[in-house]
Amino acid sequence: MMSTAIHKKSILAAIALAGLMIAPGCKKKVPPPATPSAPVKSDAPAPVQPRPSISFTAEPSSIARGESVTLRWNVQNATSVSIEPGIGSVAASGSRQAFPNSSTNYVLTATGPGGTATASASVTVSAPPAPAPTPTKPPSATFSERLSREVNDAFFDYDKSEVREDARAVLQRNADALKAILQAFPSEVVQVEGHCDERGSAEYNLGLGDRRATSAKEFLVQLGVPADRLKIVTYGKERPQCSDQNEACWQKNRRAHFAPGQ
Amino acid sequence: MINLSPRILWSVPLLFTGFWLAAQDIKLTLSGGANKPVIALPDFRGTGEAQALMNAFNAKLYTEIENGVVLSIAPKGMYPLTVPQTPADFKPPRVGPGNRPISQGPWLTDWSGSPVNSNYLAFGYAAVQNGRLALFGFLYDVTQKDVANAQVLSKTYFGTLDEAGARDVAVQFAKDILAKFGGTTLAGSRIFFVSDRSGAKEIWSMDYDGGNQKQVTFYKSVCISPALSLDSSKMAFTKLMPGTPSIQILTDTGRRLPFVNPQASMNATPEFTPDGNRVLFSSTLNGSFANLYIANADGSNLRRLTNTRAVEVEPKVNPKTGNDVVFISGRGGKAQLYKMSIDGTEVERLTDGRGEAANPAWHPSGQFVAFAWTAGLEPGNWSIFVMDVTTKNYVQLTTGARSENPSWAPGGRHLVFSRTLGRTTQLYSMLADGTGVKQLTFSGNNEKPAWTKGLP
Repeated sequence: MMSTAIHKKSILAAIALAGLMIAPGCKKKVPPPATPSAPVKSDAPAPVQPRPSISFTAEPSSIARGESVTLRWNVQNATSVSIEPGIGSVAASGSRQAFPNSSTNYVLTATGPGGTATASASVTVSAPPAPAPTPTKPPSATFSERLSREVNDAFFDYDKSEVREDARAVLQRNADALKAILQAFPSEVVQVEGHCDERGSAEYNLGLGDRRATSAKEFLVQLGVPADRLKIVTYGKERPQCSDQNEACWQKNRRAHFAPGQ
Repeated sequence: MINLSPRILWSVPLLFTGFWLAAQDIKLTLSGGANKPVIALPDFRGTGEAQALMNAFNAKLYTEIENGVVLSIAPKGMYPLTVPQTPADFKPPRVGPGNRPISQGPWLTDWSGSPVNSNYLAFGYAAVQNGRLALFGFLYDVTQKDVANAQVLSKTYFGTLDEAGARDVAVQFAKDILAKFGGTTLAGSRIFFVSDRSGAKEIWSMDYDGGNQKQVTFYKSVCISPALSLDSSKMAFTKLMPGTPSIQILTDTGRRLPFVNPQASMNATPEFTPDGNRVLFSSTLNGSFANLYIANADGSNLRRLTNTRAVEVEPKVNPKTGNDVVFISGRGGKAQLYKMSIDGTEVERLTDGRGEAANPAWHPSGQFVAFAWTAGLEPGNWSIFVMDVTTKNYVQLTTGARSENPSWAPGGRHLVFSRTLGRTTQLYSMLADGTGVKQLTFSGNNEKPAWTKGLP
């Protein structure tokens, strides 16, 4: 699959490159101006120069946006031929694919010694059905806003995962808030994060963080918060919110934190 | 307090003395004994193009023998002026008047006698052979009476004709010398560790001396606790985020091996059994406490080892027996070092209940465990200790700065560990008696080293 895709890409790239190389080439290949003819003898009759004759088609004549149209032309008695819009100088006969974005009237202009002639071919482009409207902004921002506004961290003692007296009060308020928020956002889940301060070992703190998150969750579930809407994640001491080395800071890091679930 | 009997007062100093002797015992065992053989290491010379490489050779040979720990190096300033380069250079002294020996050239007693007082002499020379560096190396027991019995080692070593080749040849020669005394060079061993220098905690690796540091994982997450299989062909570690902490296993070429993590809020601190076929780890699978489990290397055949209402992490299997497991458990309240059989029975606490213990690492002998302990200090004041798991005697190797995560070098005569100074954590190596501390990392924060357990 991969190699096919790469193969396709390289072919496309080669085509695009070839196009780039041809396009300026075409412009350069405009036939040089006719060399001035030898002074015409006054007694010779002036030759009759026929006007350019043109056949020019665009097929199909109506497409959906994004589809292509094929322009075909064959011009005689002309020294320069161009097609507008968007194509420019071309050879006397040929064909070209075009991808007009909107309905377009292509005009071919041919100029020769006998004068200038034009022909046109029009293509009707219909817009494809409008894409589905972009979904309305998901309520997660509001969910996350409500979590950070209404649900607070519960703090723990060093090396402990028991819910402290002050944390009980916090979790009781959190339980009411969480029940309301989870009801308002029936498809959302709350991540209960357990964090530790930096003094313990990183490994033990992973287990301790899990304990703190579990204690907080069990407390909330007893107060009626649905267990299947609370997901436990331990960060150990790997995501501290404060990095000073004093008890005030360590206390900030010994916590259960509530965040939108992933 | 008031009723302290004279008997108790009398026994306290005795106990203390007993502990002190035991600690010295451990230090002596780990550092190669009190009376290490003495080796003389005169500078080797080279012929032709080889001479330009001899500084690199001599320096590397000295470092490797020194790091090998099993030998003492006689001070160079004491060496005789005439140094043998081949065994043929030795000339027994002639017996002069009054039976006094008269020197005829270099002789064994030049090195065994005062002031050198060595037991062994390493000598030889280097030359260019077919565009390669050839080192003719000899090790002689200079305490022997004659040259015929003195030869311990005679070997030719080849390397590329550049400084790297000279160092390589020195490592090969040092390896053979040290092997005669039960020692080994560390050259070729690597240390895996965690570094945040890329902006996320990833696993990195480096040479044993801190050279050649390379990033191994690219998860842009938090990767911790790398553990190597005994043959160093596999590495397991814990990855946090996204999702819950989980165990990942990589081959030594960085290919990911399948490991089915149990459906738990945490799977962490993996460790291989010595045969590499099973993984021990900590999981919250059966309840709300992280307990210890064992599974096949792909996560199948999962079995629970401990069942406590406490956090239990870092199971480490005795590399010699494959049978005993030391681990950290909070079952007594605080995190302490415990030992059990690999089937979960015969649980025994090893530390005395003070402070918190963490990061156990088995010595390759299976007799000692290095670990971090706060002992009687405030939380966070970690030091490195080594304990004899049979007697529970222990010795403290570091003091002062916070030191954690010890890991033994192959041979068990060196440790690598992390030390936190101010806000920065770096890796250091030291001898098993706590001396010779050298800083190995300097960029970002570096922690959780795991030294490869064998030599390539």
